[in-house]
Amino acid sequence: MSPVVTGRVLRTRSEAMSVRVAGRSVSVCVGIVVVLLVVMCATLMTGEYQLSVGEVLGAVTGTGEGSADFIVNTLRMPRLLTALFVGAALAASGAILQGLTRNPLGSPDFIGFNNGAATGALLVIIVFGGGMYQIAVGALLGAIITALLIYVLAFSRGVHGFRFVLIGIGLNALALAVNSYLITRASLYDALTAQAWLVGSVNGRGWEHVAAAGLAILVLLPLALYHSRSLAMMELGDDSAKALGVGVQRSRAVLIVVSVLLAAFATAAAGPIVFVALAAPQLARRLTKSASPGLISSALMGGLLLIAGDFAIQRAFPTAQLPVGTATGCIGGLYLIWLLASEWRGKARYS
Amino acid sequence: MSRLYAENLTLAYEQAVVATDLGVEIPDGSFTVIIGPNACGKSTLLKALARMLKPKTGGVHLDGKLISSYRSREVARRLGLLPQTSIAPSGITVGDLVARGRYPHQKLLRQWSSEDEGVVTESMRLTGVLELSGRLVDELSGGQRQRVWLAMVLAQQTSILLLDEPTTFLDIAHQVEVLDLCADLHEDKQHTLVAVLHDLNQACRYGSHLIVMRPGGEIAAQGVPSEIITAELVEDVFGLPCRVIDDPESGTPLIVPNARKKRSEHDGPVAVHEHAAL
Repeated sequence: MSPVVTGRVLRTRSEAMSVRVAGRSVSVCVGIVVVLLVVMCATLMTGEYQLSVGEVLGAVTGTGEGSADFIVNTLRMPRLLTALFVGAALAASGAILQGLTRNPLGSPDFIGFNNGAATGALLVIIVFGGGMYQIAVGALLGAIITALLIYVLAFSRGVHGFRFVLIGIGLNALALAVNSYLITRASLYDALTAQAWLVGSVNGRGWEHVAAAGLAILVLLPLALYHSRSLAMMELGDDSAKALGVGVQRSRAVLIVVSVLLAAFATAAAGPIVFVALAAPQLARRLTKSASPGLISSALMGGLLLIAGDFAIQRAFPTAQLPVGTATGCIGGLYLIWLLASEWRGKARYS
Repeated sequence: MSRLYAENLTLAYEQAVVATDLGVEIPDGSFTVIIGPNACGKSTLLKALARMLKPKTGGVHLDGKLISSYRSREVARRLGLLPQTSIAPSGITVGDLVARGRYPHQKLLRQWSSEDEGVVTESMRLTGVLELSGRLVDELSGGQRQRVWLAMVLAQQTSILLLDEPTTFLDIAHQVEVLDLCADLHEDKQHTLVAVLHDLNQACRYGSHLIVMRPGGEIAAQGVPSEIITAELVEDVFGLPCRVIDDPESGTPLIVPNARKKRSEHDGPVAVHEHAAL
């Protein structure tokens, strides 16, 4: 019998288990992982001190000697892994929100999670004069409070995608205004610290940042994956999803919380890095040719974008210590223009 | 008692009350059609029957229990609903869309058993879309698309099907095609169907049981079409003077609105009176 559904079906003999796998998504994921590994190796090997593959491998497996061990395990690896996890978390957060709102603009950097996190961080830097950890906590709280505000304001007989995005954009503008105001009130030193944080960077990140971002992914991504089947069903419209037995409101609430927390932890670890959450899911969607952004492919793509951006910046401007936010902003801006232009052209063709 | 019935329903969106003290019973194995003027609460009633809208008072009973006491997946295994508007994700194939109807029967690690495959194939065969299974839903015509949605609801394998205006946006030939399909399901598969329709003549022809609603969400009449449809009822409910004759094809009631001239005679004295009052 010819298959009626797309993708491969894997079944155990007794049919106790069966899974559907989209072949293209799997090969895209494998492809991204390969590129990811190459860029990771390149990042670990190059820099002010060049290391050989053997030295890097030795350091990673814990048998390396002094200087290589220090360079890999203390300087380069934490920064690399922070970038990887932060990128993955932002992209997953974006993929969830874009799926929920059925709108590519429904990503955390557009609807105020990032700027809300920045408000929290700036308050800590400027008003309370807190250090690295307090800033991270401030950012976390800022993002969560922003999301709560959006949720409460957008809630009327359930939360609807479009309203969620619109209110988010409003709150985003508000947070931006507050941030500008806070900076004008700050001392020069605080303003510089704030500015450095605001661009988003993985410079000088240590293992504690890796742990925070990694833990967020480890806990939240499986939760999101579990609910991603409901997310796929919600693409049919709330009524159809509900009619098919999806607990629409509950799944949506869980997914929003997961998305907010992913964005919040990422921002707390690396500052507000723009456009990864928007671009990675859209890029992944185009590569996998699927109707909606897949979580795994998006997360991998986000990790790749961020470590590739960081690698490019370290090699292109080795002395400037430019923050990765500038690279993602640049790539993301170009990408957004291309995306919108090509979508409008496509629309014009059909109308 | 039948499998699906509702008692003392008060239906409302926020503060706007659509209907009060509504009671309906859906006879088992019937093709029940709900008719009534625009905004009388037909679709609202259907939504309540499918637990999409929570009644303010009263309750909907399914298989002897309050529908709100079931888990939503359990309801979805007993009762299927085709909503007025469904969105096909862009770039989805017909087979993949119909396969979504299996959701209430699937689990995280049981995503596609051979039973799923068989049911989906059979649903597509019944609705005549099997040969379209590899095509994109975006490319289909309105009539084909509606049959695909029907196939998806069928894949749910429920013996009660609720259809909210399944013929809207279709031309007359496709309307008849969809309704014929519904009639087949009713007759051959012994499914219980509940549909909201706009066309009174189609309702009388296809329905085995009619629920006629009045503006304000009241039930004006319910029963077998040939027993309840009269010119008086249609004028009372729709405000449309008409004659009811036998449908020359099926023998069911056929509503023929009065000619414009005759209607203005009918309305004449009222209009003059209103004018005089000004």
